[in-house]
Amino acid sequence: MLSIKNLHASVEDKEILRGINLEVKAGEVHAIMGPNGSGKSTLSSVIAGKEEYEVTDGAIYLEGEDIGDLAPEERAHKGIFLSFQYPVEIPGVSVTNFMKTAINETRKAQKLEEMPANEMLKLIREKSELLEIDRKFLSRSLNEGFSGGEKKRNEIFQMAMLEPKLAILDETDSGLDIDALRIVANGVNKLRSKDNAVIVITHYQRLLDYIVPDFVHVLYNGKIVKSGGKELAYELEEKGYDWLKAENV
Amino acid sequence: MDLKDKLLSSFMAFEERVDVNAELHNIRTNAIKNFENKGFPTKKEEAWKYTSLNSILKNNFSVFPKQENALSYTDVKKYFIHDIDTYKLVFIDGIFSSFLSSTTHDGLDVCLMSSALTKPKYKEVIDTYFNKIANTDDSLTSLNTAFAIEGAFINIPKNKVADKPIEIMYLSTGNEAALMVQPRNLIIVGENAQVQIIERHQSLNSNPVLTNSVTEMFVQERAVLDYYKIQNDVQTANLIDNTYIAQKRDSNASVHTFSFGGNITRNNLNFYHQGEHIESTLKGITIIGDKQLVDHYTLVHHATPNCESHQNYKGIFDGNATGVFNGKIYVEKEAQKTDAFQQNNNVLLSEKASINAKPQLEIFADDVKCSHGCTIGQLDESAMFYMQSRGIPKKEAKALLMYAFSNEVIESIKIQELKSRITKLIASKLGVNMGFDL
Repeated sequence: MLSIKNLHASVEDKEILRGINLEVKAGEVHAIMGPNGSGKSTLSSVIAGKEEYEVTDGAIYLEGEDIGDLAPEERAHKGIFLSFQYPVEIPGVSVTNFMKTAINETRKAQKLEEMPANEMLKLIREKSELLEIDRKFLSRSLNEGFSGGEKKRNEIFQMAMLEPKLAILDETDSGLDIDALRIVANGVNKLRSKDNAVIVITHYQRLLDYIVPDFVHVLYNGKIVKSGGKELAYELEEKGYDWLKAENV
Repeated sequence: MDLKDKLLSSFMAFEERVDVNAELHNIRTNAIKNFENKGFPTKKEEAWKYTSLNSILKNNFSVFPKQENALSYTDVKKYFIHDIDTYKLVFIDGIFSSFLSSTTHDGLDVCLMSSALTKPKYKEVIDTYFNKIANTDDSLTSLNTAFAIEGAFINIPKNKVADKPIEIMYLSTGNEAALMVQPRNLIIVGENAQVQIIERHQSLNSNPVLTNSVTEMFVQERAVLDYYKIQNDVQTANLIDNTYIAQKRDSNASVHTFSFGGNITRNNLNFYHQGEHIESTLKGITIIGDKQLVDHYTLVHHATPNCESHQNYKGIFDGNATGVFNGKIYVEKEAQKTDAFQQNNNVLLSEKASINAKPQLEIFADDVKCSHGCTIGQLDESAMFYMQSRGIPKKEAKALLMYAFSNEVIESIKIQELKSRITKLIASKLGVNMGFDL
């Protein structure tokens, strides 16, 4: 599904990713953990195609295709989805209209007809129930005045609507109370299948109790310094990240 | 001969031709004298600091059209709100076109300024209202007054609700190499009466046009006026719009200005309060590029207690475009409990675009609520990335942001067909088709 080879990336000439290698197969869940400033959010932004990051070496392949030159929307059309750590407020655009535009632009890019209005409504109803989202919420301006939990739930609602092949959840758990965390994790789990993959970026192990990873990677100083199974997450939770710093001076 | 001299020397011939009565002759003579003294405004004047007319005035404008020009409705249909029935006052190169118009005297007057100025039955109305709130000090208003003969005359009598909107359309054929027109409109909305009016100026080819328009509107007790200006003219058209509105107690007047085109567009929009519990709304959307300039110069004169005014202007500037917003709120000592609000938000899409924003609050009362806010920003890059990451291409994402930015103004348009027309115009300005109305 996703293959990252020796990825180096910089922002304003400051190198943040220093040679990342990662293989994610269909059906797998990978967790990327690491201390603040280790490059976790940069990695997710670079995969999604944020233009202010410059890839200086290495490559990212999605289903064998080098996506390095694709714009963010083209990557989205190919099935990459990024759940933002800090979703952006867009006053004046309702959640519903935003989703309609996103879905129909994606279909247009895939040479499909626009989704009929009744089908769209049905899909919205179905997916909003999955995330326990109130109908009134959908006519509000996107993320404007949403609580932290509402924003994250709305991210996963968008993911459910777009049905991506590869979903990257960037600190989706931060700021979520345990009920919201359960709803969000439940939403993600219902969307998991043998054909898609999930990368969970998190600081803490707690989310991984709900979205159980097949692999856990530790990112430090722009490199993956350790990989293992889900037990690695417990080890990290117990020991903190300080031992990494000692080992990788 | 420069344009000023040409206008001054044409004045006598004009007066002979229009055969005016003594009162009008006096008004015109004073007006031309004021224009002669002051001339065209220059950047040395504070009110014209950011907008120079020099480049326009170099054109060799004809000051009267040489001939009547005809147009077929199919040629100009697209400029009208053609999906609904409206009264129409259509002028071609400044001359009334009875063929394209749809006037009435049945229960309300939707007719011509030239009839109102010359027919005895309108003498009382003209004596009461003509040139009564237009600023007689202002040189361009005076210039218009000196040559005022044609335009819209609308009189909605007491308790009458106009049964359909009125469209005022000024078309320029371009049959003259360069043409100056000076429409003069007088609109009276009687006590407890209501009307919706749409005004548009449109050139049909690229010969230069300079329009110096004056509109006086009187909104009487408890009357409601909704006025919409569509400014989406060609690159060689210039418009100086001088609008004066006097409101009586409990009346409600709104003016929406949609500026999407033209070379230089200057909107002098003035509201005067003459009673308590008045509500005034001034809203605008400006979306321009290239070397276009749109200059909004607004005044709300709060002279009486317990009145409200709301101003909300949005501007999107691309290319080398220039925007000006000068919003003056004047609150007299007597105007206690005034609630005056002014908001001006701008987005600059290119490094060469610019906006000059200047709120001016002069408050002499001590128990008022006055606020103003002005923002100038660029396109929100993080919002762009967010939308793109959901599969919305850059151009559409930009348009969606701009739509959303303008939405506060669009949503208060009361004529549904006009609202969808404006939405479409914005979409075409932004080069997209969004497939839904916000």
